Amino acid sequence: MTEPKAARGSLLGIEHLSASEIMSILQLAKRMNPRKIRPLLRNKRVLLLFYEASTRTRSSFEVAAKSMGAMTTLVLSSGSSIEKGESLLDTGYTLRAVGADLIVIRHPSAGAPQLMAQHLDIPVVNAGDGMHEHPTQALLDAYTILRHKKTLKGLQVAIVGDIYHSRVARSGVHLLSKFGAKITLCGPQEFLPETAATLAPGLHIVRTAEEAVHGADIVMVLRVQKERLAGTKISLQDYIARYQMTMARLKLAKKDALLMHPGPIIRGLELTWEVADCPQSAIVEEVRNGVPVRMAVLAKALGKAR
Amino acid sequence: MASRALAAEVASSQMTNNKSKPGSLLIRNGHVIDPASKIDAVMDVLLRDGHVAEVALPGKTKGTAHEKFDAKGLVVAPGFIDIHVHLREPGQNYKESIATGTAAAAAGGFSSVCCMPNTQPVVDSSEWVSWLQHPDRGAVVNVFPIAAATKASKGAVLTDFRGLQRAGAVAVTDDGKPILGDDIMRETLRLGAELNFPIIQHAEDTRVTANCSMNDGPTAFRLGLRGMKTSSEGSVVERDVQLAHQFNGARLHVAHLSTADALKAVRRGKRNKVHVTCEVAPHHFTLTDADIRDYDANFKMNPPLRSAADREALIVALGDGTVDAIATDHAPHAPHEKIIEFERAAFGITGFDTAVALAITRLNVGAKIPLARIVELFTAGPARVLSLTGHGTLARGAHADVTIFDAKKRWTYDAAKSRSKSHNTPFDGWQLTGKVVSTIVSGRVVYSGD
Repeated sequence: MTEPKAARGSLLGIEHLSASEIMSILQLAKRMNPRKIRPLLRNKRVLLLFYEASTRTRSSFEVAAKSMGAMTTLVLSSGSSIEKGESLLDTGYTLRAVGADLIVIRHPSAGAPQLMAQHLDIPVVNAGDGMHEHPTQALLDAYTILRHKKTLKGLQVAIVGDIYHSRVARSGVHLLSKFGAKITLCGPQEFLPETAATLAPGLHIVRTAEEAVHGADIVMVLRVQKERLAGTKISLQDYIARYQMTMARLKLAKKDALLMHPGPIIRGLELTWEVADCPQSAIVEEVRNGVPVRMAVLAKALGKAR
Repeated sequence: MASRALAAEVASSQMTNNKSKPGSLLIRNGHVIDPASKIDAVMDVLLRDGHVAEVALPGKTKGTAHEKFDAKGLVVAPGFIDIHVHLREPGQNYKESIATGTAAAAAGGFSSVCCMPNTQPVVDSSEWVSWLQHPDRGAVVNVFPIAAATKASKGAVLTDFRGLQRAGAVAVTDDGKPILGDDIMRETLRLGAELNFPIIQHAEDTRVTANCSMNDGPTAFRLGLRGMKTSSEGSVVERDVQLAHQFNGARLHVAHLSTADALKAVRRGKRNKVHVTCEVAPHHFTLTDADIRDYDANFKMNPPLRSAADREALIVALGDGTVDAIATDHAPHAPHEKIIEFERAAFGITGFDTAVALAITRLNVGAKIPLARIVELFTAGPARVLSLTGHGTLARGAHADVTIFDAKKRWTYDAAKSRSKSHNTPFDGWQLTGKVVSTIVSGRVVYSGD
C-alpha cells in the first residue's frame, strides 16, 4: 500500500513510517523537556479536534504544544457545529480558516485523520482513529521501553486483551515489528481473530495468558470494555479467569519485565490492583513520557525539529 | 404523489406516445456476435421500423436502407442489457435522474436497463411502475422497472405482484435490503412461481453485517474497519435455493453475487434443477478488498470488494456458465455522501461508463474468456434472466437494439466526462481496452462515440 497523501509533517499512523523516521522522533523526544519552556512553536496555532472522550492524549498534546510556546484551542464534537451536522471536511476547512497551523484529531471513525489530511494543506496528527491507529501512543510506548531496555530488537512482547478493537495494539504491533521485536498476541477469539496475525510479519497468536507472558520482556495489557464482552460467548468471569493480569501470571515473565497499559485501566478487570501498582508497572511513566514524545511529533510536524 | 394525478399522467402519455418512425439502417461488414442466434461472423445487419429485418453475409441483404454504417473492424452485438441499476427516481434527483442515468447507460453500450425500486418513495405500486416508464422521464434507452417485493421494502407485507407485473415490472426485489424472514421469502417465491415472476434477492444476512463497511479479512483488520464475512452472503443464497426448490416454477435471481460460497450454492441449485440465476458486477471481477486505498469511499459498495480467491472464483464462473449476466449495480451518489468518513459513506459506485471495457480488459484480454461469452453475459444471459422477450438478440423481428464496440481500442477513463450526474467510481484514470462506438435503441442511434 502506498503512503497516504498528506501535508508534510502529518502523522497518520505508524504503518507507513520507516524505522529511521521513528527513531528520529524518539531521539528528538529525548531532548525535549516539558519543564523547560523553549518557544519552538511560538505564534503557532495548534487545534485540538476531539470527537471522542480523552484524558491522557488530550491533556498531553495540550501541555506538549504549550511547553513549546504554541497557542492551543480545543474543539470538542459536543458543543460545536459538529453537533449541528457539519461534515468532517467542513470542520477542517473552518479550523484552517481560523488560522490553524496544525490539527490534532481524535475521531471514532477509522481513516478520519487521513481524509482530513488529504484535503488540507496543513499537517494533521492522528490522536486515535476508531480501531485503526494511535501512533503517538506507540511512540511513547517505544520511548518508555527504550528507557529500560537497550534495544527493541529481539524483545519478547506479549500483548494481552481486546486486540480487535484496539488502535493501540495495531500501532504498537506495526512499530515493534519494524524493530524486530518478537510479538505474541493473546486474547479470546472474539477479541483476537486469526486475521490479526496478518498485521505484520512473524506475529504469534496464543489463547492463554500464561503462554503469552512466559519469558516476556514486555507485558502490554489492553483495556477490556464490559459492553464488548456482552455480545460474545465469553462471560466477564471467564475473561477474568483466563486473561486478567495477576501477580502470579506476571511472575512467568522475565524478572525485569515491564508491565505496560495504555490506559485508562480498569482495575479488577484486565489487571489486578496489585499488578497496576507493582514495581514493574510503567503505566504512570507511559503517561509522563507522552509529553516529550508529543512535543517531538509537533515540533517535527511544524518543521521546528532542529 | 397522489395516485389519481399519476394515473392521469400515465393515460395522457399513452395518447402522445407516437414517436417519429425510426426508418432503416444497414450496419455493414461488422463482426456480428449474437449468442442467442449462435452467430459469430462478419455479417450485415439491416434494421427497419424499429426491428431487426435481416442479418446476412456482407452485401447479401435483400432489403435496402436509408442510412448505412460501416462497422468494419468493429463488433456488432444485440443491444446490451443491464439488469441492475439505480436511476434514483423518484426522490433522489440530486444523485441521478432517469434522463441522465439512461444517457450514461447509452454511452456505456446499454440499450436496456432494469431499475431498482429502492427510491424515495420505494417503487411498490403499479402507479410508480407506470410513472417510471412515462416519456416525460426522458429515458433514452429502454427502462424496465423492477418493483419492490414487500411494501416499502420493509420485509413484512407482499406487494401486489399481479398489478406490478401488469404495469410493466419485470421482477420484484427489496434490493439494498434482503428478504430475510423465511416465511415472507417462501411466500414471495410461491406467488412469484404462480405468476412466472422472477424474485431478485440482495443476499446479505444483515443480522451479522451491522456496522460493517467492507469485507472481513486482513485488509479490514489492518484498516480497523468491521468486516462482512463471506458467509453472510452464502448462507442467504443457500437458504433461498432450498426454498426455491420447494415451489415448482419459482424463479430466484441472486443479485450482485460476490463470493465463492454463494457460487457453490448457485451451482448446487442449478444441478438440482432449481430455477436459480445470478449476476456479477464488474467491480467484483476486477478489484479486491486489498485495493481499498486511503479509505477512499469510491471503493465502498455492498456487497463489498472481496478477497482475491473470491474474485478468481467469480471469473471462473463467468467463463463456465454458472453466472448468467454481468450487471453494473450502477449506484450514483453525491460527493457529500462519499467524501466523508469511510464508515459513514454511502455504499455503491457508478458503473455504466466502465462495465463493457472492464469486461473486455479483465475477462477477455486478461482471463481469455471468449468475446462471444462476454457478449452473452450482456445480452442473451440477462434477457433470459428477466424474460425480456425480443431483447438481447438480433433474431429477425427482435427489437432493433444494437451495441457496436471496438474490442481492441485502448482508452483512458475520465470520470469527469461521464453523462451520469455522479462520479463516484474507483476507476477514474484507468487505462482500459474495449470501447463502445455506438448504441442503437429501436433503430435510433442514442449514442455515437468518437
